[in-house]
Amino acid sequence: MHIPDGYLGPVTSGFFYVAMLPIWTAAARIVKKALKAKQVPLLAIGAAFSFVIMMFNIPIPGGSTGHAVGGVLAAILLGPWAACIAITVALVVQALLFGDGGITAIGANCFNMAFVLPFVGYYLYKALSHNAPLGSNRRVWAAGVAGYVGLNAAAFLAGVEFGLQPLLHHTADGQALYSPYGLNIAVPAMVGEHLLIFGWVEAIVTALVIKFLQKQAPELLQEGRG
Amino acid sequence: MKITTKLWIGLGVVILLSPLGLLLPEHFKAGAAWGEWGIDEIKKLVGYVPKGLEKLAPLWNAPLPDYAFKGWEGKGLSHLSLAYIISAVVGIAVTVGASLLVGKLLAKKGK
Repeated sequence: MHIPDGYLGPVTSGFFYVAMLPIWTAAARIVKKALKAKQVPLLAIGAAFSFVIMMFNIPIPGGSTGHAVGGVLAAILLGPWAACIAITVALVVQALLFGDGGITAIGANCFNMAFVLPFVGYYLYKALSHNAPLGSNRRVWAAGVAGYVGLNAAAFLAGVEFGLQPLLHHTADGQALYSPYGLNIAVPAMVGEHLLIFGWVEAIVTALVIKFLQKQAPELLQEGRG
Repeated sequence: MKITTKLWIGLGVVILLSPLGLLLPEHFKAGAAWGEWGIDEIKKLVGYVPKGLEKLAPLWNAPLPDYAFKGWEGKGLSHLSLAYIISAVVGIAVTVGASLLVGKLLAKKGK
């Protein structure tokens, strides 16, 4: 769901850049307070995993492709604000070096995948795993559910952003100027494929890594991280 | 072994597996992600190229477009897989460098 250049009109692109500014500022401020020097490598690993997980395009045979983001995992381990920074770094590198996601759409793509996705996932995981012991199975499935819902929340938003374009920008004879499909097509398409397929990949990746960390480094799952 | 060491190794394994993200869609004849079509594809889909999209789409000239080398478009899947792995290595190196920098600037020292 890396929205390319040309799919969002200037109103939407500008809106999400402006919306992300206070979020990035808050993330920097909060992470500055909470992040310890020894957690910095984990931040870099989180960003790197998110970067590479997004390269695993999963096919719908004969149809489109999609991918997980790994952002809920980053949020569980680093807290949502640090995850926001890590995913933002990955998305900016993808846009600048690989043309994956547009330059004009960095604000929107970050809003969907670096803000909504980790925050929805993080708080859902927190609610579902409340008081559960660090090594419990409840944490594993809470992580899976959080991954699934987080990715779908981001996909829903991307669908809304695509779908608003023909309403916002069209020629006198009704041709779209930017993304051509309205909400009635864009939202079901984006949400449908993520509910059916890509969301499960995010769920499985998130749950499996949490299970692995329960055995290998349960201290990473302790709460109270900023 | 420290957990971060294990995670770095895991990252290396994932990088080597990354061409699956190229080969599986190819094998199952899956196209672009929804809403990430090229100009020609969009013309086929809706019958015209939206004017603003046409103008904005080529805005940025990425050095490794779509995780591949420029001029390798006609090469086989093994070449593309190699380019994909190199892209993953380059992308991760830059991502790690940038996040370490950001992290260093933000993190409290000595904790």
